[in-house]
Amino acid sequence: MLHTVNKSPFQTRNLESCLRHALPGSAVLLIEDGVYAALQDTPFADMVRKAMEQVRFYVLGPDLEARGMEPSKVIDGIEVVDYGGFVDLTVEYGTVQSWL
Amino acid sequence: MSEVTGGVEVEEEIGGTVKKFMFVNRKAPYGTIYALEGLEVVLISAAFDQDVSLVFLDDGVYQLKKGQHTKAVDMKNFSPTYRALEGYDIDKLYVEKESLEERGLTADDLVVDVEVLTAEEIAKLMAEQDVVLSF
Amino acid sequence: MGTIEVGGKVLETDEEGYLKNLSDWTPEVAEYMAKQDGLELTDNHWEVINFLREYYEEYQIAPAVRVLTKAIGKKLGPDKGNSKYLYELFPYGPAKQACKYAGLPKPTGCV
Repeated sequence: MLHTVNKSPFQTRNLESCLRHALPGSAVLLIEDGVYAALQDTPFADMVRKAMEQVRFYVLGPDLEARGMEPSKVIDGIEVVDYGGFVDLTVEYGTVQSWL
Repeated sequence: MSEVTGGVEVEEEIGGTVKKFMFVNRKAPYGTIYALEGLEVVLISAAFDQDVSLVFLDDGVYQLKKGQHTKAVDMKNFSPTYRALEGYDIDKLYVEKESLEERGLTADDLVVDVEVLTAEEIAKLMAEQDVVLSF
Repeated sequence: MGTIEVGGKVLETDEEGYLKNLSDWTPEVAEYMAKQDGLELTDNHWEVINFLREYYEEYQIAPAVRVLTKAIGKKLGPDKGNSKYLYELFPYGPAKQACKYAGLPKPTGCV
């Protein structure tokens, strides 16, 4: 199962809801304003690092880039993917749940 | 425009396989159009004889709150429509325990009979689906 | 968008002839719409029309035809809760046509 989050963690609790329902072995892909959750030095980084013990994290590169966020500022262990990578993830993980 | 008179023909058209569809409702009823749109999609999906379940979590649990009166805000009160779902053979309604509790609600506050499940139980159900649609 | 004139009042309809405002409905509206379709309403028609109005009152939607058929069967018996009977009464489709006469919107789940 692939979970996508497209809202800023500062704006909504969608990331929290997502993590509450992400089973071990599933994946989370951060897109659009959701990419802010991928950054180091936010109040949410610890929550993300903790979740990463059981769930793989990905962030969409083009959305980071559009927002002026450098890949070097992304939490260690989160993989930056492009649109092709996004498609690959949906294929690999099957069902997608979008936390809109 | 044609009326769907039975599920059999439709089912054959899409290959005769029944898929598991889950509708995840996470928005409060009147502030955005999500809840109403989601409900309409659910009603339409009933015509296709699939294995449909509805989950209400986060603010989505507010959709089912008893005693909604929308006259003064001049919007359609669609909470009675959840009670029609049974007639559409949609009877798998799940509500998340944590979301209810955070909002000080219990199953008795809701317009329909539901099964209250923990976030973990819902996560497992979600992982069993062929298709998950979010509203 | 269109209008119909019934009992000296001009009522708004959508492009398919369904009433725009539920509250505009009177039995004369049903009679008028049926007449336009070349149909004379009998007690059997009224039974279905009234059933639909009650259904809408309770659930705030017009039922899909299969739901209507099942619910009619439950309330009025299997002789009436079947497609054949309902299509004979409302040849343009029991849900769509009867809902129109009942002043309801087009059924949800009518694809």
